[in-house]
Amino acid sequence: MAKKKQPTPAEAEVEETVAAKVGAKTGEKAAKAPKTAAKAKGKPKGAAAKPKAAAATAPKAKKPKAAAAEVDEEDAAAEEPMRAKKREPEAPLPELPLVDQVLAKHDRRLPEKLVSRLKTKLVPLKSKLSEEQMAKVVEETYRSYIKALIEPGEAAGTVAAQSVGEPGTQMTLRTFHYAGVRELNVTLGLPRLIEIVDARRVPSTPTMTIFLDDEHKHDLSKAKGIAANIETVTVENVAKSIGYEMLNNFTIEVDAEMCEDKMIDLNYIAKSIEKLKIPGRVSVEGNNITVEPETTDRDKIKRIRERIMDLRLKGIKSIKRVVIEKKGDEYLLRTDGSNLAQVIENVKGIDKTKVYTNNVSEIAEVLGIEAARSAIIREAFEVLDQQGLDVDVRHVILVADLMTSTGKIRQIGRHGVSGEKSSVLARAAFEVTVKHLLDAAAHGEEDCLEGVTENVIVGQPIPLGTGIVELFMRFSKEGT
Amino acid sequence: MSLSELAKSIHAIKFGLLSPESIRKMSVVNIKAADTYDEDGVPIDTGLMDRKLGTIEPGQKCQTCGNRVGQCPGHFGHIELARPVVHPGFAKLVYLMLRATCWNCGRLLLSEEDYRKYSIRMEKYKKKWPQFRFKLSDQIVKKAVKINECPYCHEGQFKIKFEKPTGYSEERKEGPKRIYSNEIRGRLERVTEADAALMGLDPSLARPEWMLLTVLPVPPSTVRPSITLESGVRSEDDLTHKLVDIIRINERLSENIDAGAPQLIIEDLWELLQYHVTTYFDNETSGIPPARHRSGRPLRTIAQRLKGKEGRFRSNLSGKRVDFSARTVISPDPIISMNEVGVPVDIAKQLTIPERINKYNLEELKTIITNGPDAHPGANYIIRPDGRRIDLRFPKDRKIIADAVEVGYVIERHLKDGDVVLFNRQPSLHRMSIMAHKVRVLPYKTFRLNLCVCPPYNADFDGDEMNLHVPQSEEARAEALVLMLVQEQILSPRYGGPIMGGIQDYISGAYMLTRKSTMLTRADASQLLASAGYRGELPAPAVKSPEELWTGKQLASLFFPKGFNYTLKSNICQKCDVCKQEDCENDAFVVIKDGKLVSGVIDKKSIGAQQPESVLHRLVKDYGTDMGRYYIDKAFKLFLAFIDSRGLTIGLDDEELPENGRLKVKADIHHAEEEVSKNINAYNEGLLERLPGRTLEETLETQIMQILEKAREDSGKTAKKYLKEGNTALLMANTGARGSLMNLAHMVACVGQQAVRGERISRGYQNRTLPHFKPGDLGAEAHGFVYSSYKDKLNPIEFFFHAMGGREGLVDTAVRTSQSGYMQRRLINALQDVRVEYDWTVRATDGSIIQYIYGDDGIDPAKSDHGEAVNIDKIIERVKAGGK
Repeated sequence: MAKKKQPTPAEAEVEETVAAKVGAKTGEKAAKAPKTAAKAKGKPKGAAAKPKAAAATAPKAKKPKAAAAEVDEEDAAAEEPMRAKKREPEAPLPELPLVDQVLAKHDRRLPEKLVSRLKTKLVPLKSKLSEEQMAKVVEETYRSYIKALIEPGEAAGTVAAQSVGEPGTQMTLRTFHYAGVRELNVTLGLPRLIEIVDARRVPSTPTMTIFLDDEHKHDLSKAKGIAANIETVTVENVAKSIGYEMLNNFTIEVDAEMCEDKMIDLNYIAKSIEKLKIPGRVSVEGNNITVEPETTDRDKIKRIRERIMDLRLKGIKSIKRVVIEKKGDEYLLRTDGSNLAQVIENVKGIDKTKVYTNNVSEIAEVLGIEAARSAIIREAFEVLDQQGLDVDVRHVILVADLMTSTGKIRQIGRHGVSGEKSSVLARAAFEVTVKHLLDAAAHGEEDCLEGVTENVIVGQPIPLGTGIVELFMRFSKEGT
Repeated sequence: MSLSELAKSIHAIKFGLLSPESIRKMSVVNIKAADTYDEDGVPIDTGLMDRKLGTIEPGQKCQTCGNRVGQCPGHFGHIELARPVVHPGFAKLVYLMLRATCWNCGRLLLSEEDYRKYSIRMEKYKKKWPQFRFKLSDQIVKKAVKINECPYCHEGQFKIKFEKPTGYSEERKEGPKRIYSNEIRGRLERVTEADAALMGLDPSLARPEWMLLTVLPVPPSTVRPSITLESGVRSEDDLTHKLVDIIRINERLSENIDAGAPQLIIEDLWELLQYHVTTYFDNETSGIPPARHRSGRPLRTIAQRLKGKEGRFRSNLSGKRVDFSARTVISPDPIISMNEVGVPVDIAKQLTIPERINKYNLEELKTIITNGPDAHPGANYIIRPDGRRIDLRFPKDRKIIADAVEVGYVIERHLKDGDVVLFNRQPSLHRMSIMAHKVRVLPYKTFRLNLCVCPPYNADFDGDEMNLHVPQSEEARAEALVLMLVQEQILSPRYGGPIMGGIQDYISGAYMLTRKSTMLTRADASQLLASAGYRGELPAPAVKSPEELWTGKQLASLFFPKGFNYTLKSNICQKCDVCKQEDCENDAFVVIKDGKLVSGVIDKKSIGAQQPESVLHRLVKDYGTDMGRYYIDKAFKLFLAFIDSRGLTIGLDDEELPENGRLKVKADIHHAEEEVSKNINAYNEGLLERLPGRTLEETLETQIMQILEKAREDSGKTAKKYLKEGNTALLMANTGARGSLMNLAHMVACVGQQAVRGERISRGYQNRTLPHFKPGDLGAEAHGFVYSSYKDKLNPIEFFFHAMGGREGLVDTAVRTSQSGYMQRRLINALQDVRVEYDWTVRATDGSIIQYIYGDDGIDPAKSDHGEAVNIDKIIERVKAGGK
């Protein structure tokens, strides 16, 4: 009767997608962390096919965690408090052989974090506790840990979904938050959370946090210099006025003050315009730049004019504004608009390992899927935290892991996770019912009734919790 | 679940297309007549309501299977279509297949080399990653579509155009030529099985030509029952109407074909038949007008029946109606246990539990049977071992029946005290929205619940209703009791802290009881403890003379277990720079030593709901859920008993500020106003300095907002300072029982700035909000600053602005619930199949690994200590104490 269920890792797509993307884009300049991260996800393909003992899986799980930890560090340095207790002191791990000895007796390994916490707590008590008592503490810790373990069959997904979704009702709808500085508005609250689970390619308010390297971070003027290099300046920004096309030419009057402020030279502007390769002539006269296109078509001239106005003279594409913020004794930059690849690659004087953007898909593209996973966790957790809603990170982690488990970011919903389910009935019961049924018929699909919805539909017990058990006892009918 | 029930389990469901042969095979009747009933109301043979199709009238026997209404599942009939028509759902697929295959020889348009390559790849995919094989076939089709000449018969391919929703035409040299369905069918028939398989079809279950219908299955009459109105007029189902149309046109078409009518007429009729078939499947197909009922209402055909929230899937398959449930208004009952639910007698008499008679309960059940359906602990039915049901409503003397029952009979007895039931309040946003309670049968008509379970249900008593379900099997009851009982849910899996706990008066009461000034005489103390249900000795009095007196802390301590130690800062804590700990003048530092409350007051931080790391949390965590229930049931009653004896009320004088306080508030606001006008002047004179990245106007706006916000804050502070000692509103705000200091400030000092969309109110008339102001007035008053307090009164202008702000709040709530509801639905749908496996990995149903170990450390948040796996401090403390 038991359905045969030998779980097989279906990470088929991972090898192709992740490796290719990360390798190509990052180059030597990219942070080294994500590279290892990408590998970590790709590697365990076959490794976990037949997980024997739990102990064997534990160390494997650590690899992705290492990547996450690196982002966490960055966190600690950044302002937003990931719940205080989640941050561990950076002190070197104290030596306490006793702890390891006691733990070695058991077959399940404790998470490293817990062990180090235990050691830090016990070291100062060395004189106060007898060896026996110490051992007892370790023993008790181990027991408590085992007691707190999740049970097989637990509907971890449902609990996570509820824990992330339920607070949504308590959130304020339209919240803008000033990311440190007043000048920048960042979407937060429910709309941002929806944006994250939607896996939108571009968030409604993309923003970056850029840390400076040791040379620049204490000097305001140097910081300003970097900011000026990042901020986009278009011709429109430095123009005082742009004369309208009376004849076949138009004149741009450049605001000298602006130019100075943005550290742009008049001739440079003219040259940049020339580089557009518009057939015609560009001439400089005083503060004026005159453009004379060859064409006489008014519409075309208009288009040329617009192109020139939007011409980027300086800075990085799509970064609209840069604001300098003082954090402790160092300066850091916050931007309106985001372009991770360009910033990492082309900007000098910044701490490349700490550059951060709230655009998750950009992170996936530049730094790899593991980094994107960490970013989703961080972004979602921050939204909840900022609203004062207490949600265990593990729930957020599960959502992020599900979104990224194929190597690509998948949306929570029809175009992602839900739409790619293997069960026809589950897909039909969610959205776009008819299409899924018709496709299933043409493909001759089979629904093995392994999920929740399918079994609800046919009226069978669902395979979660106590329903995971497939072994039944035969008892005689005659009764008790 | 017994083995026999399991034997029926469905292993899998396979989807496919019906071939014309199988449609004919399963059909019981070839439907020819476009009518349903004759004048006498008798179903016409070979009509749409033919009696072979199943029976819908009670008492009638089905002519096919011989069963009666409930038993007969209904049987399909069929219609022979005169000409094939396209199944509208597959129109697009048909289009792709037409383009991907040769019109002449029917081969897939791939060079032999590609063909081989793809075949091998497809085999590999089928073995290794079956879920991706459709992606491959999409690629294959895409490639084949581009090829212009058949690599096999070398016939040139024509460009084919798709005319939505069901037409196709070929671009020939002589001009576009329509391809008719019979032609299409002919071409698709030529497609080989292997080619079809490469295109993503499963030819054993779905041949391409089956997507063109030559036979239309007619659903059984049970699927489209006709209803008889009171007036005796029969009203047919929408599907029947549509089928009538199809049969009529089909008939005319075949007549015309037989009569050799001109091609044009035949084509028109054919088109019409196609239209009716299309709308029969989906009446919302884009590009064609929906078929309508005589009244003008669009017909609800097959696709509409399945689709959407009210469709078959979401409302009948994913959600099902149940028996053994009840719903009524809820009301509070502080006396019953948090594990209990008060059930009205009337409901208890309707809901039943099947109980098998054995030698131990025989006598008891006999009296219950004698009581019958009308007296409370009674029974409604008896089920004999042969399956017959005896209704206890009718026999005159139930005593006789009671004497006749034996071991093995099943009695459907009324709900009684102690039965386990599930209790639910919508929206069921988390698992604590459905919990198991033990029944307490009570008089009156409402469900009663303990106040401590309000937070998880998010219930209040302003007319809320809740649902109750009675598990019918022993297994269900056992699971409910072990997994779903209220006390097992005190700790929320969301954050690993208690979600239940004291609210409102519980907190005020606890505070009033445990503050230093509370001294109780022997009589008072005894009275309080008695109402809390305490049994045991009174502790030694704290004061012996002139009179024996007990402190409130002493009484509150009686419910802590021995050896319980904990310290925390209470809600009234002022967060001084240096904490004086036990010497705190507010008594805000809570110390519990060996189960005795040594210092500090009990308030929200100690016993409140949704307060992690509280006293309540420690009790549940360290002593188990039984302790948690004990504490909530007993100690909380003490708090209520105390507040009952003292009384707690707020009145107008609680919102009264003394003269100097009022002046201070006025002065503060006046000062702010001056600042505002200073800024406005600076702005007008162009002296205002622009904030980076803002326009001048925005700068002014933010600055004014800041000034006014500070003014309100100051007024709040002033209010707090000048409010009298013993102000109950202040007490509630400070202890966290209800309301905040801001609420209080609104009442006594100043309501403050009203905002719409996060800005000062700026809309209304041109350049001004109301005609009462000069155009362009930027002052506080003109943009929604409310100077008055609620107690003082709001002037009409202030009132209007206040209403504007208030309305935004209402709209916001409405929008938010729908948005977050949808997000939650999506989250649940995406994550519901994810579970922890026996190897501790977290996997989805297809076996793909989501996490190698849950949450990176395998810890269940519900069992964690506010997110931490182990509370090491607690262990060290315990070892220290024990190892002395």
